[in-house]
Amino acid sequence: MSKYAFFLGCVMPMRYPGIESSTRMIMKALGIELVDVDEFSCCPAPGITRSLHSDTWLSVAAHNLVAAQEAKLDIVVVCNGCYGSLDEAAHMLNHDEAKRAEVNKILKRAGSKEYKGKTKVHHFAELLHKEVGTDAITKKVKHTLENLKIAIHYGCHFLKPSAVRNLDNPETPHILEDLVEATGAKSVDYRQKQMCCGAGGGVRANTPDVALKMTEEKLNYLDEVEIDLILDVCPFCHLQYDRGQKDLGRDKQYPVLHLSQLYGMAFGMDRKLLGFELHDTPVDI
Amino acid sequence: MGEATYKPDNKFPREIIERGGTTLLRCFQCGTCTGSCPSGRQTAFRIRKLIRWAQLGIADKVLASEDLWMCTTCYTCQERCPRGVEVTDIVMVMRNMAVEAGHMQAQHIRIGASLAKTAHLLPLKEPMMKARKGLGLSEVPPTVLSNKKNLDIVLNIMKEAGFVKLVQKGGK
Repeated sequence: MSKYAFFLGCVMPMRYPGIESSTRMIMKALGIELVDVDEFSCCPAPGITRSLHSDTWLSVAAHNLVAAQEAKLDIVVVCNGCYGSLDEAAHMLNHDEAKRAEVNKILKRAGSKEYKGKTKVHHFAELLHKEVGTDAITKKVKHTLENLKIAIHYGCHFLKPSAVRNLDNPETPHILEDLVEATGAKSVDYRQKQMCCGAGGGVRANTPDVALKMTEEKLNYLDEVEIDLILDVCPFCHLQYDRGQKDLGRDKQYPVLHLSQLYGMAFGMDRKLLGFELHDTPVDI
Repeated sequence: MGEATYKPDNKFPREIIERGGTTLLRCFQCGTCTGSCPSGRQTAFRIRKLIRWAQLGIADKVLASEDLWMCTTCYTCQERCPRGVEVTDIVMVMRNMAVEAGHMQAQHIRIGASLAKTAHLLPLKEPMMKARKGLGLSEVPPTVLSNKKNLDIVLNIMKEAGFVKLVQKGGK
């Protein structure tokens, strides 16, 4: 059984804890042990922290990498924002000794430990695809989802910047299609599939109306095809679609599921523990 | 006519380059970035123009620009740029410089201040603690929120890195 430090972030534990409970259950079922680390904080949120003050962003991210280092584990995230922060910070610090020395000075003054530049960061969808594999996932499916038509939303920081992530082609990827179809469900293509949900970069916080216009554009593209739900791998995109549809007052609303929740359904886990009651857009599937 | 009155600040592009925007000068203004920008479809934000202003050293216009904050950092422009300009990374450098020049968005100050207190982006509220319990989770997430000593270290890091002062200053 492989073992990882489970990085919770902020939006998941504090807005959509159903994603957290689902992740814990499905990863256990798939033979991946998740370890809690009470030294983890905010990643910190790249859109706001990195935009405002990159030294702070890098130092707090480095501290999170230190926490995993001390637990002798690599990190697994279930949020593209956390992935963006931690994977990019690791990329910078693991390859640049001078930068690491600079950050280590701040960590030392603050009472943290030296970052040695070895921690690796994984998105859980990457682990499911590479380490677990779709065959093993299909074997766990108790309720086939073959009647469901799913619109996949990748989000931005799962695959981009691709020079750092190096996971899949960001324009025509297949990781999530493979993972969705492993449940029997059908992934439906639609216009501008790789487009942003609108929330990132501090835009949702600063100008929520602008963020919502982008969300609306994507939802309009979804109206052109026939789907049962929107699937994401990021609690922040999840929030933008789930609340966004309510805020827009749309007639046509699509349930929004994180991949962990979809797997929870497919694996036959107790529906009450998937946290759908906490969604603003009803999950009526 | 108005455009001609801007006095180019040659130090500005140099500083962007020194702070990590090393690919700034490669841009030849093809507009692939703006054509790919989801935010530009909804607003007046034209990333191509900001990059041009940056190259020319029109610092004041870049730093005071509201548009600089319309970027969702989706990286589409950066991925598609035929010249390999790291557009999104450059936006981030320019935002840092804008903040230093005193241009900080009100909501970012508010969220930054909250981050400086709890080491998390969002507050943990009572109903959510109940909901967590109902899902079989700990009421308080097992992060620094459940360990005061560990929380203090993160708060110290934000102080030592200069974030706390920045957010306080921004708030004035």
